[in-house]
Amino acid sequence: MSAVETTPVKAQPFTVGQYLVCLKGILVREGMRFLNQRERFISSLVRPLLWLFIFAAGFRQVLGVSIIPPYKTYVLYEVYITPGLCGMILLFSGMQSSLSMVYDREMGNMRTLLVSPFPRWFLLMSKLLAGVTVSVAQVYAFLVIAYFWGVKPPPIGYALVLPALFLSGMMLCSLGLLLSSVINKLENFAGIMNFVIFPMYFASPALYPLWRIQESSPLLYKICVANPFTYAVELIRFAFYGQIEWTSLAVVVACTAIFLLGAIIAYDPSRGLMVRKQDTGGNG
Amino acid sequence: MKAGPLVAGTAFAVLMSGSPAFAYMAYVSNEKDNTVTVVDTDTKEVVKTIKVGQRPRGITISHDGKFVYVCASDDDNIEIIDTVTSEIVGSLPSGPDPELFVLSPDGKTLYVANEDDNLVTVIDIESKKVLAEVPVGVEPEGMGVSHDGKTMVNTSETTNMAHFIDTGTNEITDNVLVDSRPRFAEFKPDDSEVWVSAEIGGTVSVIDNATRQVKHKITFEIPGLRAESIQPVGIRITDDGKKAYVALGPANRVAVVNAETYEVEKYVLVGQRVWQLAFTPDQKTIISTNGISNDITFIDVATDEPVQSVTVGALPWGVVVSPTK
Repeated sequence: MSAVETTPVKAQPFTVGQYLVCLKGILVREGMRFLNQRERFISSLVRPLLWLFIFAAGFRQVLGVSIIPPYKTYVLYEVYITPGLCGMILLFSGMQSSLSMVYDREMGNMRTLLVSPFPRWFLLMSKLLAGVTVSVAQVYAFLVIAYFWGVKPPPIGYALVLPALFLSGMMLCSLGLLLSSVINKLENFAGIMNFVIFPMYFASPALYPLWRIQESSPLLYKICVANPFTYAVELIRFAFYGQIEWTSLAVVVACTAIFLLGAIIAYDPSRGLMVRKQDTGGNG
Repeated sequence: MKAGPLVAGTAFAVLMSGSPAFAYMAYVSNEKDNTVTVVDTDTKEVVKTIKVGQRPRGITISHDGKFVYVCASDDDNIEIIDTVTSEIVGSLPSGPDPELFVLSPDGKTLYVANEDDNLVTVIDIESKKVLAEVPVGVEPEGMGVSHDGKTMVNTSETTNMAHFIDTGTNEITDNVLVDSRPRFAEFKPDDSEVWVSAEIGGTVSVIDNATRQVKHKITFEIPGLRAESIQPVGIRITDDGKKAYVALGPANRVAVVNAETYEVEKYVLVGQRVWQLAFTPDQKTIISTNGISNDITFIDVATDEPVQSVTVGALPWGVVVSPTK
């Protein structure tokens, strides 16, 4: 376990090319892993599609009509929840990549990555980019199916939503990374599911507009406002219609920076939680 | 030399801001707050609100676009609005409780349904005189006139009939039984058929204008909605006679019907209790009035997608679009 610290040789600085080789390696690995696990791809699609086909169909009449920005006219419930479901894919995917970190650590594959002479932050960033790229690909696969279900945002929206998806994906994946640094065991992912994913997902405008939540519970509304996922969903929703929601953009960027910094510190071999865990013998 | 484009630009800007004459204007009658809202159909913004008489419902515009006529139902007259000054410049003697009317193709005569008196009143616009009163069924409402101007159809809500009236003699020639509470009558552009909507019956009856028989009944089904909440009201048919739009009241949708096969092709989501419809003269857009949600929805005719909803006054009822830009 202490192999990480026994690299006292001062290496030459890496060239950009070498960095790219490393990034490519991680990206390809993540991509391969995703493609090889076809059931993972299918399950990542099935979840939002279930919501779209079944949940949305049931709630179509219940949630009432009211025009809220960015919509210019009345929209069906399916159309309303689509950005939220895109966020859901990013959220689950971000957490799944955190699961993969725990898995890697438990199975020892992590060592290959962590003994790499590249700086830790770069390795984490590469891992992050790989995770986000895979989740954004999943979102587009979902959007294709949603199109045939009658959810048709303006054509230009498909291009404009890309930066929003990427940014939101970065935020959620870095949150996942941060969380993965504190989870010791694979089994704890169930806890993440219950304590992070579901509360974040439900206490957001993904399924119902915030004004409606405010109507029923002011406290819940405050929780929603404090939830970073809320801003990811709104950023995506507005981007579909070619608009930038500046508050959401600011919150998502700030949260990404905080989570990422936290993850980098947590994974830093000299300072982070990993060390502390090793000290206390936590990383069984 | 340099000032030329600048002056021209300023003049253009002044013209653009000063005159609304560059876009089709939609006039929406708001039943509850006694106003007519004027909406620019290009910018989709409310340009002005005109105070009118009590309970404005039926609304139409003269063929030259100079005057808007509004049924002030509770004031028992028809008000004339000058579209340039937005002032009420006169009124027409409509008879009691005018609800809906139709302008003859030559633009000279108004045919008015008087809901309380079971009459259709024929008014000459120029002399502002009543030319004739035609007794019809109970609670007359829908009014349609053929494009050749020879036939007028009135629907009576309680009698459940479409009355065909010869405009030459002002007498009923045929009565056709349709479904419960007929609300609106619309001739096809070639006058071969008359489409009559039945609010309670939930159908649109297609009446052959030659035989005066119902040749087809269009029904509507929206998954998840109770049949009672589907109440057809306003109907508009495109100039090429290929597509019809039917406002479905509390179903909050406008049905797009293939006017040749009578198949419903699509339901377009609009605001609550959609009532009447109007095309822009270029037929690129159709506008619906949504009574309960106090707005109108612009629907793109090419794609049949709702584009935008604009809040107008309280309980918007009817809509008409100026014939020229």
